[in-house]
Amino acid sequence: MEQSRVKELETIAYKARVLGLDAINKAASGHVGGAFSVVDILTVLYFNTLRNIDVNNPKNPARDRFVLSKGHCTAALYPILALRGFFPVEDLATFRQIDSYLSGHAEMNHVPGVDMSAGSLGQGLSNAVGMALAGKIDRAKYRVYAIMGDGEIQEGQIWEAAMCAGKYKLDNLVGIVDYNRLQIDGTTAEVMPLEPLADRWESFGWHVIEIDGHNYERIAEAFQAAENYKGKPTMIIANTVKGKGVSFMENNVEWHGHPPMGDDYVNARAELVAHLNELEGK
Amino acid sequence: MANFADANRAYGKALAEMGEVYENIVVIDADLQACSKTQPFSDKFPERHINVGIQECNMVGVAAGMAAAGKIPFVNSFGMFTAGRAYDQIRNACAYPNLNVKIAGIYSGFSNGEDGPTHQCIEELSVMRAVPNMVVMCPCDANEAAAMTKAMVEHNGPCFMRMGRGEVETVTDFDGYKFEIGKGVMMKDGKDVTIIAIGNMVAVALKAAELVKAKGIDARVIDMHTVKPIDRELILKCARETGVLVTSEEHNVLGGLGGAVSEVICSEYPIPVLRHGVNDCFGHSGKHQDVLDHYGLNETTLADVVLKAVALKK
Repeated sequence: MEQSRVKELETIAYKARVLGLDAINKAASGHVGGAFSVVDILTVLYFNTLRNIDVNNPKNPARDRFVLSKGHCTAALYPILALRGFFPVEDLATFRQIDSYLSGHAEMNHVPGVDMSAGSLGQGLSNAVGMALAGKIDRAKYRVYAIMGDGEIQEGQIWEAAMCAGKYKLDNLVGIVDYNRLQIDGTTAEVMPLEPLADRWESFGWHVIEIDGHNYERIAEAFQAAENYKGKPTMIIANTVKGKGVSFMENNVEWHGHPPMGDDYVNARAELVAHLNELEGK
Repeated sequence: MANFADANRAYGKALAEMGEVYENIVVIDADLQACSKTQPFSDKFPERHINVGIQECNMVGVAAGMAAAGKIPFVNSFGMFTAGRAYDQIRNACAYPNLNVKIAGIYSGFSNGEDGPTHQCIEELSVMRAVPNMVVMCPCDANEAAAMTKAMVEHNGPCFMRMGRGEVETVTDFDGYKFEIGKGVMMKDGKDVTIIAIGNMVAVALKAAELVKAKGIDARVIDMHTVKPIDRELILKCARETGVLVTSEEHNVLGGLGGAVSEVICSEYPIPVLRHGVNDCFGHSGKHQDVLDHYGLNETTLADVVLKAVALKK
């Protein structure tokens, strides 16, 4: 990937961070930490990897599908969909409010571009398995992507879906674990350890790739490697930083579901905008 | 001479028939295909049949994803393990996004007799009825089960279909029988009282009507196969014409058919409604008929309730 392209993707990701931060602040509600850990991956998906995405026909049957299983991270998904052109960026100012279609958790019937409603943790991988199975039955070429939170994979249903995807050799399916190592009550290691994470997925019949989830080139390469790998679904373990991009939020679980207000908002925004200006050469 | 047939078997056969017309029907089992009787479908369309093993929650989630990709998935397990175990998946992944998933709750009520209360289910009509967007139904015999299966395919949206285990008396093989989602069926006219029944209690209600006839009571019997959307018009018509209602179900008296009928009556035409069913308790191991008798889910107890109802008429 050319460095100019990497810079383009990073610029989109930081614009999305600013939009997500503004939307959460306006609503005084939302999940900033997990949104900032996953937004770089969403940027690569929607601006590099997903095929047959058509903002004028969001339900195009030939499109690649995406499931945000960690459905609370709409403060990342909605800005990315808006920047991609599915709906006006200005609408993000109505996020989570009574007169808005931009619901707190991902919603497929009213938010253009959302392929699956989500929110109750642990369910999205099953939904993605269903989409991938439907694609296999139809001999369709589309691919299916599902992003899970790391805490989320403590849910038993994830491992049911993992077993099922292995059985049916769903090589049209890619899972991503947003491995920021923090959940509401503390670190994943304290609350419910996930390790050995790669071994666990491998033992369930998955091809596993581990990457830095904030490196745009590595993310894009991993998606390509997954597509090239036949006979097994691929799980990408993306090592990420919760709150990535705002120094005082990084690796701080206090910013899981706490909306940045007052000086915190002003300072967070200033830091993101400074980096954005740097990227845009301003 | 009464005919007996298995509603579940009729469901599986109907799925196989509808599978020819609708290429997007897929069927998912969770290691209970021997019970769900979907084999006629999987024999004919092996590539459209999925067995996820003992994974009810994943099964429903997979179905939601398949529906989002244009399929009409039918998922199958005991009522306890679809409506019960996979409640969250049914609510959040199917009903909330209004996806076209069809959920079968088999071996319901006390019909899984000897296995006992962990495998019986007496609350799924209430639970499923409280979920927005859901259609909730239960056939009274094999004939109705087949018609219901076909209607579910043609209905766009999530549906829950409750079925009991084993053969039940066929009561809908008469001229003029027509199945429509949300429209109750007049099984026997009468002027003194209406018994509104569901599932295998429809046949029981017809027998109870015979029993009270000996005491000079002319009972009407309605097959209310759909508890949601409930047939409000028919309930009000029966209320006005017969003055008192009795509901009958192999289900908790809280929130199921009795609840649905009472809700219509209390706000639109207040008259007595007596609810015959399981009185908010768990079941017991035993032969299905023995369990039914133990809890009074038979024609003699129902006839007593009907007489009590008539006595309450103003």
